[in-house]
Formats: sequence, structure tokens, C-alpha cells
Amino acid sequence: MSEANGRPMRMTSRTTKPANTRRMFMGGALVAAAGAMLTGCGKDTMDAFLQHNFRELSKEELDQIIARLEREAAKKYGKQIHIGNEKPMQGVIFGYALDLGRCVGCRRCVHACVKENNQSRDPQIQWIRVLELEKEKGVDLEAADQYYNPEEVPREGHFYMPVQCHQCKNAPCVKVCPVGATWKEPDGITVVDYNWCIGCRYCMAACPYGARHFNWGEPSIPAEEINPVTHYLGNRPRPKGVVEKCTFCIQRTRKGLYPACVEICPTGSRKFGNLADPKSEIRYILENKRVFILKEDLNTQPKFFYFYGV
Amino acid sequence: MSLPGLRPLLLCLSGLLAVAAMAGPPESPVADSRDLMVTPPPFTEGIFPCTTCHDPKAMPPNPKKRDLEGMHADIELHHGDRWCTDCHSLMNRDKLHLVNGDLIDFTKSYLLCGQCHGDKLRDWKVGVHGKRTGNWNGAKQYWLCVGCHNPHSPHFKPLKPMPPPLPPEQIKLRK
Repeated sequence: MSEANGRPMRMTSRTTKPANTRRMFMGGALVAAAGAMLTGCGKDTMDAFLQHNFRELSKEELDQIIARLEREAAKKYGKQIHIGNEKPMQGVIFGYALDLGRCVGCRRCVHACVKENNQSRDPQIQWIRVLELEKEKGVDLEAADQYYNPEEVPREGHFYMPVQCHQCKNAPCVKVCPVGATWKEPDGITVVDYNWCIGCRYCMAACPYGARHFNWGEPSIPAEEINPVTHYLGNRPRPKGVVEKCTFCIQRTRKGLYPACVEICPTGSRKFGNLADPKSEIRYILENKRVFILKEDLNTQPKFFYFYGV
Repeated sequence: MSLPGLRPLLLCLSGLLAVAAMAGPPESPVADSRDLMVTPPPFTEGIFPCTTCHDPKAMPPNPKKRDLEGMHADIELHHGDRWCTDCHSLMNRDKLHLVNGDLIDFTKSYLLCGQCHGDKLRDWKVGVHGKRTGNWNGAKQYWLCVGCHNPHSPHFKPLKPMPPPLPPEQIKLRK
């Protein structure tokens, strides 16, 4: 561009002094403050917005965050909950085994998990999915039915296979997360930082077991059914728009207890233990029973094994 | 080998070994010496101790195999072709008895079951069969066989399943 007299046109006039920048700054700050007040951005919201990934937090930051989350949960549910942060135990790698010969498909594990892990009742989320399969066809997932509802189980000619997060060593979900909101802890549990998850659901597409679930709506749990013993990376009340999944009851197993599904199973089909301990029941199963891995060809190397007890 | 004393020495040694072998395994207390923490036997309210009624002097035991009338008539025995005293001690009803005659408490009833179901007992002791609750890395309660299997009629009855998940088309988002 050029002026009529041939010299190049300046984008700004050299004579304009930066005298009104202070005015512009103050005006801008007022507008920002007004905007913050109008949109209801309190300190808690700003803290949540600026919060770092769980793995980068210092102890003080984490304590503050946990205090804030407990406050928010108390306000929402009217019940005081405790969000723990138990670290993984040294020398422990969790393993899980499920006896396909004994599962009768009663779904008591599904509902015990829902209660223990504060899953939303409406819209409904269930971390464990029990598949009804035909004995003649074997493990043919395309013929599996998760909505079975006969009068009595087990149904003649059918067997049952519950599926939940396998805590894979070579987890596809961890690989695809674009923000690093999900990762594998040293004790083998794949965890999600719900405050870092952006809800893109790429991990749900990647998981071959359909083990991840999304909070499409604001989760709702009746206050009297809330389990107040929670873990930051596990069963604390989740917000809308994040992905959640089985964490091997991280709030229980890191204290040495069995997961809720193991304890409730009426046929004793579920086994849990420390793979690094040669005397544990899980090791006995892997060494002595016929064990199979679901979708083994995908090389996810899960920590969840199916076996035949007899 | 031309050592003069070798043959009698060898004969002596083999004789000693034969005697030792015939002595049998060392005496051990009734089967299992490991103190497993087990769940209490699921007695009906007030039924134990059995000797409050089954005092051998007041009520002489009747070993005849028959259909019970009156007390215990509600027990259906579907466990092979058996009779009560195959497992319950005839003279001391507070105890069960093993095949070799040893008396055991109800809290060790797994030893009785294991006589026929040895593979299940082996798996149960390791934690692969049956149910355990408590700590995976510490104190845990082993559920007794009878905690899941009714000893008189052990075959599992079918259960009513809990409700299935809602199909996605039925999940409605609240505004």
C-alpha cells in the first residue's frame, strides 16, 4: 500500500503517544472483573480451572484440591465424604481371575460395584458388564447378550462372562489419551484424573473390552447411598463430562481389602491378589489352572484372567 | 567284593529299613494343623449345642436308617445315598466324625467334606475354590464349605438375577 505521494503508509501514526494505555488497562480490568462476577467465577472455579495434572501436584496443592473437592461434594450431596490418596504399595502388582465355570450371571457384582464406587444411578452407569453366552458357541462376543433377564440363572446351555476394566499392561486407552489424563500406576491399576479428563472419549473408542463409561449427564446418586470412603483416582463423586471405569476398588485394595465384587460373589468365582507374591491365590491359578485372556491377539496384556476352576 | 562282613551288614540295614517302613506315618493330630480362620458354621438359631436334646442317656441314639418324623423332618437329604450318622457322630451330636472314627468340631467340617472332595479341599486351602473375605494381604476369613453349600442338599439352587442394565435408548438425560 502507498500514499498518494509515493511513500509507504504507516500502520500507526508516529505522533500517537501511549498516554491512554493506562486507561485502556483499567477499563479492561473492570470489564474482566465484571465478566467474572457475572459468570459466577469464584475462587473455587478458578482453582479448578488452573489445576494441574495429578502427577504434577505437590503435596500441599493436592491437599488443597482434596479439601475443595470434599467441600463441593458436601454441598452437592449434603454428606461429608473423605477423599483419600493412598499410594501404591511397594512390590505389589494386582491380578484378578474369574472362574467361568462358576459364574452364574446373578449380577450381584454389578450392583455391589455401583454402590461401592458411587456410580451415577440416573443416567445409569455400570462398570461391570455381564455377558450371557451359549455353551455351544463358546466365547463368541458377537452373540453375547448383556440384557438377559430370565426368571432364574444360570440358564440351561448358557454360561456367563463378566467384563470390566482389565488394567492392561499395554493399555490402548493410555496410549490414545491426548491430554495424559489416564495412566498406569505402579501397582498395575489404570487410573483417570477426573479433573484433567477433557471428555473426548478417545479412550472409549480404543478400549477393546468396552470397559470405559462416560458421564453424558450430571451424575446423580441418592445421598444416603453415597459411599463416603473414596480415593482421588477412584470412586470419588465424578463431574459431568468425564470418563470413568473400574479401578480394582483402589480405595479398598490399597488398604489391603478385597474389591467389592470379589466379596459379594455368591459362588466364589472371583479371585484377587498380588501377582508378585508367589504364594498368592492368583499365582496358584495362573500356574495350575486353565487360564485364558480375552482378545489375547490384541496384545493388551491384561491383569484380568478367566480360568476354569475344575 | 570280598569284604567278609559286607553281606550281613547289608542284610541288617535292609531289615531296619523294612521295619521303619512298616511303622507307618508319624501320628498327627486330626488332619490339618494349620489354623485357618474360618467363618462360623451357619447354625439355625438355638440348634447348637445339639447335646441339649441329644443327651445319650436321656435320648438313646437310634442308628436305624429311616425317614425322620417330628424334629429335623424338614431336612431334605440329597447327598448321595446317605444317612445322618454317616457324618454326625452317633454318640456325641456336638461333633462330626471322619471315616477313621476321629471326631471333629463343626468349625473344621471342611475336613469331612474333603474326604470325598479332596480336590476341592486342596483348592479351597489355597483360596482358589470358595470364598474368602477380608484382606488380600493379611487376615482373611475362609468361608466354610457349608457357608455356600447346604451339606444336606449341596447342589446350588438357581438364583434370581439382579436387574439388567438399561439399554441406551431408554436412558434419558435430565435437562
